[in-house]
Amino acid sequence: MKPWILHIALIAVLATAPLWLSPYHATNLARIMVLAVFAMGYNLAFGYTGLLSLGHALLLAAGMYAAGLPAQLWGWAAGPAFIAGIAGGGLIAAALGLLALRTAGVSFMIVTLMFAQAGYLTLLYFAHVTGGEDGFAVVSSGRVLLGFDLSTDTPRFLAALTIFAIGLLASLALVRSPFGRTMVAMRENEERSRMLGYNPFTVKLAALTLSGLYAGAAGAAYALLFGYVGASFATIQYSILPMLYVLMGGAGTTLGPFLGALLMFALIEAATVLTTAHQFIVGAALVVLILFAPKGILGTIRERWLRWLP
Amino acid sequence: MAPLIQTRGLTRHFGGLKAVDGVDFTLTQGEIHGLIGPNGAGKTTFVSLLSGRLPAQSGTISLNGEDITRLPAHHRARKGIAYTFQITSVFPRLSVFDNVALAVQSQGTRDLTARTRAALVRVGLDGLEEQEAQTLSYGHQRLLEVAMGLALHPRLLILDEPTQGLAASEIEGFKSLVRSLVPETTVLLIEHNMEVVMDLATRITVLTFGRVLATGTPAEIRANPHVQEAYLGA
Repeated sequence: MKPWILHIALIAVLATAPLWLSPYHATNLARIMVLAVFAMGYNLAFGYTGLLSLGHALLLAAGMYAAGLPAQLWGWAAGPAFIAGIAGGGLIAAALGLLALRTAGVSFMIVTLMFAQAGYLTLLYFAHVTGGEDGFAVVSSGRVLLGFDLSTDTPRFLAALTIFAIGLLASLALVRSPFGRTMVAMRENEERSRMLGYNPFTVKLAALTLSGLYAGAAGAAYALLFGYVGASFATIQYSILPMLYVLMGGAGTTLGPFLGALLMFALIEAATVLTTAHQFIVGAALVVLILFAPKGILGTIRERWLRWLP
Repeated sequence: MAPLIQTRGLTRHFGGLKAVDGVDFTLTQGEIHGLIGPNGAGKTTFVSLLSGRLPAQSGTISLNGEDITRLPAHHRARKGIAYTFQITSVFPRLSVFDNVALAVQSQGTRDLTARTRAALVRVGLDGLEEQEAQTLSYGHQRLLEVAMGLALHPRLLILDEPTQGLAASEIEGFKSLVRSLVPETTVLLIEHNMEVVMDLATRITVLTFGRVLATGTPAEIRANPHVQEAYLGA
């Protein structure tokens, strides 16, 4: 019961944020919540199932384009476009998994990285449709959900909050379910789980596909809420970011992705004021984390104090 | 009684080493079958072939008359072959409860908690549910292995040196546990402790150099001069 109360309390606090944050910061928070959904998906694959992917940018971009292109080309409204984005992320993740999950460990990292790179180059190649590196701004008709204009502050914030809340509670339910336990079994001892009757390939494929649904939802939400779709979201940087969020917040903790996204966003925000080399700050944060807190913030808190933390 | 497991010419070589070399073996439904032999005789390799951890090079394995030689390990587990590891292979960072629950839920998720608790009670690990598996004593980890095997409700339970690391007092309890499993479950027991094998097994197979030296009742095996020469050290 405690975990549910904690998660719902967090959502409740976030819901009040527009009351005490400036519109600028509230919009940033909406962005953080969308990125946290991406990181939650990454966490399901990496934190729980032990799949260290370097190709999640491909899944984010899949959701982004699967939502953005129908809105642009065929005039889809935000609702159907968002669903298409989720499906796009899931489908590409399943296809990626069918091929990449024949490998494990370092090979899996390299293969996922290669596929993401191939996806990025494909987006550039078909620049006449995708807009290439410049991308395109999503038409305003595609940014209307049930009559609300998602380009305005309050609907945008509430849409981001809703997606975040559903993603967070779904991931909590998932990791506390029998399937969540099976995912962790893959991370901890794949050989043993085989002897208990589990097919590691199908379990990992399912986990990666779920992860892709989250990434797709995040990509689609980003396109529809912030109105921009571009190939830069398919670059390696967007594969590293969710990993960084998850490592900072705590891999294999349900709240870690949000905490990591929040802190990293704030860190980069603060760094850009001081220097143009904010990428350096990101790198330094990664090194410090690996050296001193490999379990991340919530992972450490769980180990030391709060054993019940999911 | 019908054979549960039958192997014909089962072979697995590692380079020049003939770990398992043309083994014909029959396991009868409901028996406790001891598998003994000197170190390096191929016992663990043989049961790894049965459970599917290793692929067979040649020969066949059938379960209840069905050829399972090419079936992957997880399918064999689903068909009722449970293997407990010689070197304990639990999930070290998961709780005792989660370890057993993983075995239980592979059979379906109804009454998961109750069924998991029951499996723990059966091996005497109740009360340790929340403990991390890696913090258990070696003997308790062995029992956890057995609990995971039992929770699969297997038709065949393969126990690879289960009493290794158990205290003398724990061995008695373990023996009555194994006896309580038959005849619903057939038990294949690799064991170095001769007292335990002779006491538990209805039949015994002796392996040396990857081949079957003899099969028979404990009394027959004790009396067999080849076995005495090769193994019992008389």
